[in-house]
Amino acid sequence: MALSGACRDLTILSVTEAGPEGGAHGCYYIELANPGLGSAVAGQFVMVRPACFGQDPVWPRPFSICRLTPEALTLFVQTCGRGTDVLCRLVPGDAVTVWGPLGQGFSLEPETPTLMLAGGVGLAPFVEYAATHPAPANLALVFGHRQPLSCYPFAEMANVVGRAEAFQENSPEDLPRFIELLEAKVAEYAGGLIVACGPRPFLMTVARLARRFGARAQVSLENRMACGVGGCLGCVEKNALGQYVQTCTQGPVFWVEELQLSEEA
Amino acid sequence: MSVDTSVRLPGMPVKNPVMTASGTFGYGLEFAPYGDLRALGGIVVKGLSLAPRLGNPMPRIAETPCGMLNAIGLQNCGVEKFLRDKLPRLPWRETPIIANLYACDADEFAELAGVLSAQEGVAALEVNISCPNVKAGGIAFGQDPAMAGKLAEAVKKRAGDKPVWVKLSPNVTDIVSIARAAVLGGADALTCINTLTGMSVDIRSRKPRLANVIGGLSGPAIKPVALRAVWQVCQAVSAPVIGVGGIASAEDVLEFILVGAHAVQIGTANFMRPDMAFRIAQRLPELMAELGINSLEEYRMSLLV
Ligand SMILES: Cc1cc2nc3c(=O)[nH]c(=O)nc-3n(C[C@H](O)[C@H](O)[C@H](O)COP(=O)(O)OP(=O)(O)OC[C@H]3O[C@@H](n4cnc5c(N)ncnc54)[C@H](O)[C@@H]3O)c2cc1C
Ligand SMILES: Cc1cc2nc3c(=O)[nH]c(=O)nc-3n(C[C@H](O)[C@H](O)[C@H](O)COP(=O)(O)O)c2cc1C
Ligand code: FES
Repeated sequence: MALSGACRDLTILSVTEAGPEGGAHGCYYIELANPGLGSAVAGQFVMVRPACFGQDPVWPRPFSICRLTPEALTLFVQTCGRGTDVLCRLVPGDAVTVWGPLGQGFSLEPETPTLMLAGGVGLAPFVEYAATHPAPANLALVFGHRQPLSCYPFAEMANVVGRAEAFQENSPEDLPRFIELLEAKVAEYAGGLIVACGPRPFLMTVARLARRFGARAQVSLENRMACGVGGCLGCVEKNALGQYVQTCTQGPVFWVEELQLSEEA
Repeated sequence: MSVDTSVRLPGMPVKNPVMTASGTFGYGLEFAPYGDLRALGGIVVKGLSLAPRLGNPMPRIAETPCGMLNAIGLQNCGVEKFLRDKLPRLPWRETPIIANLYACDADEFAELAGVLSAQEGVAALEVNISCPNVKAGGIAFGQDPAMAGKLAEAVKKRAGDKPVWVKLSPNVTDIVSIARAAVLGGADALTCINTLTGMSVDIRSRKPRLANVIGGLSGPAIKPVALRAVWQVCQAVSAPVIGVGGIASAEDVLEFILVGAHAVQIGTANFMRPDMAFRIAQRLPELMAELGINSLEEYRMSLLV
């Protein structure tokens, strides 16, 4: 796995709001020029610190690598607080310090039928996953979302789009139907590989279903992080042995059986 | 102009005053990809206990204005694993590695000091007296002058030729009385300060932001408190003081030296960007040259009041 050193002082290439015209859905693509981060495994992340953060907020923010090429690092960001608000209001030329790729990404098994399960902004790492997969014919996707589909990089995943299902959750009544869909899919891929990213309750459902059907599944956690590099012990998750492991270095991607995935956190 | 960034600390030569603070720099190795560990004045590693410690439940950290709260609960791999797996990989011949000690009673502290002082790769022992003394009903060692003095004495007895630093808690009425007691007990230097106790809550979920409810505040928000503590302690004791609290630039380093610190530690700022301590160490001599400061020894405690 490429572990690059050093913080990179990059500049914003573009910030583009996604989704239907006129709607404030809070979903953005952020492109950073000439990242120089080497290569990444899908599921790895970067820590991002816009120069304008100054001393507040103190923490940088972690984001999945949505797409990484020599020319640009693309992040898919949904605003949910002051850090993401600032980030999504940057303009081309603004300075941003970035370090990574960090952590452990998803397993990629070209010959294994693989099911990607994404919830909302959790779709981000699967753009890179699908783009770098040598046999995309073996990939399928189930994507649960709340905002209109065009807010997300769903259409960008052209090489899987024929085997992709999107499910929009408009009301709480939709949730049981979505879980039914997940159940059927996890059962179908019990002999394959399942990779999942999304909100914690979604990942807990995936983990429960994977255990029930004996499926091999990986989940990508989004625990709060201060440093992102293994220095603070703030981001931990309880493993199957009951010990706390750092999600920034040993994760964010874990095999379901490595973790307890309790309500905690 | 070439400037002199070296400082004198008991029992160890230090090439520059920029060290890293315990708990904010892992075991050092985590930050090796972001700079040359040998360029630092010293590395204080995560608090070590005799046995590994699990630490507190999640969430353990919360962001606050210009700072953060933490309640990590001293999760650590235990002294044995540190000595076997981590210390040999650190550049201890070039950069002092300081062990930070955590225990629940004075005997345990002394035993830990005995183990660590036998290590060639350990340059000094820093005693975290902010921890609760279990045998005294859980009041922190650092909150009572007599207890702090006795603890310093117990550790010093088992420290062999290693300097003992006592790390003071700011959560006290009179930090100077604790400082005096620690020095009388045998502390060779004082580290000033640990985190301030604090709290953060969410009005919507009605939950505390830390599972532990209460945590330690750190970061730029606490710099004025740390600066005040260093100033007061430096006025009162002759033992060297290592300043820590909110330092995030070479300018901040000079502020602490100006009020009397011999050296400093970079803590929460390491989270802002992992090359922070290296950048500060690199920037310091440039800044000194710009300000016409030839040596830190000459600049130290030159505050005009
Ligand atoms: C490995 C990893 C990859 C990520 N990838 C992406 C991505 O590709 N796109 C994206 O939009 N977001 C991603 N996130 C989440 C993103 O980092 C957070 O949304 C961001 O840090 C929030 O910052 P803020 O300042 O806007 O919000 P804050 O003001 O810090 O917080 C706003 C609210 O969100 C909560 N919150 C903040 N961070 C977290 C967290 N990590 N977990 C749970 N609750 C939290 C706060 O408690 C608060 O209620 C990822 C997180 C991790 C750990
Ligand atoms: C996440 C975290 C963990 C810490 N762990 C320890 C520790 O194990 N032992 C200790 O003596 N101090 C510990 N501290 C305190 C720091 O070493 C330092 O004294 C304090 O954070 C103030 O400095 P700062 O504002 O530069 O961070 C910790 C601080 C943080 C933020
Ligand atoms: S975020 Fe600091 S150890 Fe993981």
